[in-house]
Amino acid sequence: MAMKMRTKTANGETEIMVLIDHPMETGQRVDPKTKEKIPPHFIQKLTFSLNGKEVAVADLGVAVSKDPLVKVKVKGAKPGDKVRVTWSDNEGDTGEKEIVIN
Amino acid sequence: MNRHRRSLLKGALAAALAGIAATLGLTTPRRAVAAEWPRDAYAAKTVDDALKNLYGTSTVVASPEVKIRAPLQAENGAVVPVSVSSNLPDVQAISILVEKNAAPLAAHISLGNGAVPYFSANIKMGSTSDVHFIVKAGGKLYSAKQNIKVTIGGCGG
Amino acid sequence: MPTRQTTAKVARCLLLLIVGLAGILGATGTPADPAKDLKQFREFFKKKFPNVRFDNYAHGLYALPGMDDYRTQWEALSEFPPYEIGLDQGRKEWQTPFKNGKSYASCFANEGKDIAQYYPYWHEASREVRTAEMDLIDCAKRNGEERSFATADLGKDGAARVQLANLTAAFYELSKGQHVTIDLSAPGAAEAYEEGKRFWWSRRGQLNFSCANCHMDLAGKNLGGNQPLSAALGHPVGWPAYRTVWGQLETIHHRYATCNSQVRAKPAKDGSAVYNNLQLYETYLSSGLPLSAPSVRN
Repeated sequence: MAMKMRTKTANGETEIMVLIDHPMETGQRVDPKTKEKIPPHFIQKLTFSLNGKEVAVADLGVAVSKDPLVKVKVKGAKPGDKVRVTWSDNEGDTGEKEIVIN
Repeated sequence: MNRHRRSLLKGALAAALAGIAATLGLTTPRRAVAAEWPRDAYAAKTVDDALKNLYGTSTVVASPEVKIRAPLQAENGAVVPVSVSSNLPDVQAISILVEKNAAPLAAHISLGNGAVPYFSANIKMGSTSDVHFIVKAGGKLYSAKQNIKVTIGGCGG
Repeated sequence: MPTRQTTAKVARCLLLLIVGLAGILGATGTPADPAKDLKQFREFFKKKFPNVRFDNYAHGLYALPGMDDYRTQWEALSEFPPYEIGLDQGRKEWQTPFKNGKSYASCFANEGKDIAQYYPYWHEASREVRTAEMDLIDCAKRNGEERSFATADLGKDGAARVQLANLTAAFYELSKGQHVTIDLSAPGAAEAYEEGKRFWWSRRGQLNFSCANCHMDLAGKNLGGNQPLSAALGHPVGWPAYRTVWGQLETIHHRYATCNSQVRAKPAKDGSAVYNNLQLYETYLSSGLPLSAPSVRN
């Protein structure tokens, strides 16, 4: 699933924004065609690392919106620093992306 | 919190996460965070139960130092942008809970060294509800809440 | 949407329709004079919302007074818009060379940059209004490329329609900020414009609403569910758009179709002349506004 990242630095703090193409199915929705419940399918873990050092780990549930947008901030990041985000969901799907702060 | 989290690590890790956690364990000795996904907290039916599961206590102190950005009326309950920040020292975790959702815990983040006390996400709300923003700082829980109105239906849009 | 709610919705809408019928502009039986229409249309909104700056109508509902709370949410979403993922697919489609070495850019003036403000346009040779979507589909076909959106029934094949919306969004992105400039000088263009105008002002569906009822007279008003109606001025400049209720980019024709369904009228087909003409009319009335597509809408 596609994933996009963006950073924005101001006043010594760098905001890391991550957007993930993910259905975030609650398990409560009914497929209008089959009339059957769509099983839950959602991101559980979202890990943020700066230059290989883990700085934050989000635990997400089904109440996070479809195509989640999650933002965290780190301090003291410099241009050239590497930001990596990895995610994994309840079905074992995973994804990751790394960008360089400019 | 680190100690608490590490002890959780000894528990059963989801198979999908084991590899990632192991890798991170090798490369990030000072990690703040990696632990099992808090299944029980996400299954909890009340804010208090979710907090007990997450933090071992549901005792929270309302604090103006928990700063939130959240709408009063959600344009769309499926996508409600909220964010929380704090000037409190030693912030270790932030949680967002929607009181009226069947399972209130919506999102939780553990913050390590280098992270600014800030967390933003888009969340789903089934109906009008108080939304609780919890900040764990210096081992204590601080909170702020806001009522967000959610209206379903209408023929506009 | 559950039936119970739908029924309640219809009741609410009907109630408000009756209330809203009072001050509706009549516009039938007048000879074609687009310039005069444009002047009246702009004056209508200037009078209705005196404090809204003209350019801000490009932001749709969020430009209107009393929308501060919704605008803040929209700004939060627009900071890293959810359409970025679909738009990336559209950009890739736009950039990837065809089998013959050409690409979409080769089909357009100025390689597709800063030209979307002239869409839709009257095409004399084929005697029809042409949209960006039509030119993009044509471009793929003429270069021997097979694309599902070129052959599918876009009303039914959602995946193909979204692919086309993604591509169209990538095309419009290349013209962001350009000011809408529609040429109606050809007699055929004026006729198509009149067709669009007729559609705009005709009441339809079980709710018996015209486009003008909702998006002129009732613009900014809440027809229930705290979902206020958008103003017609600025409608077309944000499309393709990602509606949060859809969770994907869609074409303006798909919006027209769902809008028609919302008043319980039978929608026309995506890409049909009916909607092409309506789009021509609406876009002309947004002349001078900066293109903001793709955008986020609810």
